[in-house]
Amino acid sequence: MSTLGLFQPGTSVLHRLPAGLKLLALVAAGVGSVLVERPWQVLVAAALLGAFYALARLPPRVVVAQVRPVLWIATLTFLVQLVVSGWQRAVVVVGVLGLLVLAAALVTLTTRTTDLVDAVVTGCRPLRLLRVDPERVGLVIALGIRSVPVVVGLAEQVRDAQRARGLGASPRAFAVPLVVRALRHADALGEALAARGVDD
Amino acid sequence: MIEVAGVSHRYGSRPVLVDLDLRLSEHRVGVVGANGSGKSTFARLVNGLVLPTSGRVRVDGLDTRRDGREVRRRVGFCFTDPDAQIVMPTVAEDVGFGLRRRGLPKQELRQRVDGALAAYGLAGHADHPAHLLSGGQKQLLALASVLVTQPAVLVMDEPTTLLDLRNARLISSVVAGLPQQVLLVTHHLELLDGFDRVLVFDEGRLVADDEPAAAVRHYRGLMG
Repeated sequence: MSTLGLFQPGTSVLHRLPAGLKLLALVAAGVGSVLVERPWQVLVAAALLGAFYALARLPPRVVVAQVRPVLWIATLTFLVQLVVSGWQRAVVVVGVLGLLVLAAALVTLTTRTTDLVDAVVTGCRPLRLLRVDPERVGLVIALGIRSVPVVVGLAEQVRDAQRARGLGASPRAFAVPLVVRALRHADALGEALAARGVDD
Repeated sequence: MIEVAGVSHRYGSRPVLVDLDLRLSEHRVGVVGANGSGKSTFARLVNGLVLPTSGRVRVDGLDTRRDGREVRRRVGFCFTDPDAQIVMPTVAEDVGFGLRRRGLPKQELRQRVDGALAAYGLAGHADHPAHLLSGGQKQLLALASVLVTQPAVLVMDEPTTLLDLRNARLISSVVAGLPQQVLLVTHHLELLDGFDRVLVFDEGRLVADDEPAAAVRHYRGLMG
């Protein structure tokens, strides 16, 4: 079962920081990442992020679990960049990608979803002028976080079903039932939200 | 009081409920029937998740078509698959979800969430990821998340179908102690012991409406 990006209770300084501040820092990191051009800058950023993780006192297995899902795409990107732009660019691109994933995970691992939602709702209030419902934006964020372990669980079920029937690693045989199950889950979740009065 | 007057419902051209007239005031009402007999649609009519093609459903005088929002506040709904109704990532956050949407002050919200977690044996799991709970605990969480909003009526659509016997009995014992009016759709016939009234559906029609033993006998006869 996945603990990807899910809140880990704790009392560290990072746990106690306001959710809005952490989100702003994450946005700043994302924007600032375009300025990273040299491998040594990636190393500095990695050391800084490592210090934040140490500060948050998160178990190493939780940290490793955050990057595992992006390993294949990181490897693919690294190889493409290596061929097209050379090793230095490959290190920068993949390094920045990995660090941003870890930075985003650090925010969700040290912040309750309800606090994140509150921060997003507060931040989105001016969007009411554009007829955007901030509560709905917050709900989408919460459902997005909640859906990660659900989809991982569905993928595990599909893989088990494939193995039980002796099927090889066919992407189509994996993707089709996974999409169907995910859509069914979305349908049932929508009904449950309606039953809890979300659409009222 | 649940009132169902002249209700029929179709999905496209397929009728799923036909000419239903009922008044349900009993504390515990069971609903049984084969798959596709219309019992789940009937359950969904009660809190306005499904609106009847014809006829009217009222709960405590509130019409599900006209007063949907108020009806959903009065009628809590528990689904078969708890995974599909757990909305928030952690246990305490999910229990608090319905209350937050009602704008309760944080202090009161916290107290009611803690109370619900303690009442349903989930106090030690407050910050745990909801998807890591066992099947029985997930269904208890789903139940706690509905009951914390204090609905007057609880509708449960096969809440024990995915559970083993021990967890099914656990859910049953929790439901037995509830002050709410309960409408339980189930295939686990032993859960209906002690119920006040049981409805039997077959091919969209109400074919028996009796005390549990007689209704279950009728149902067993139907199944052959």
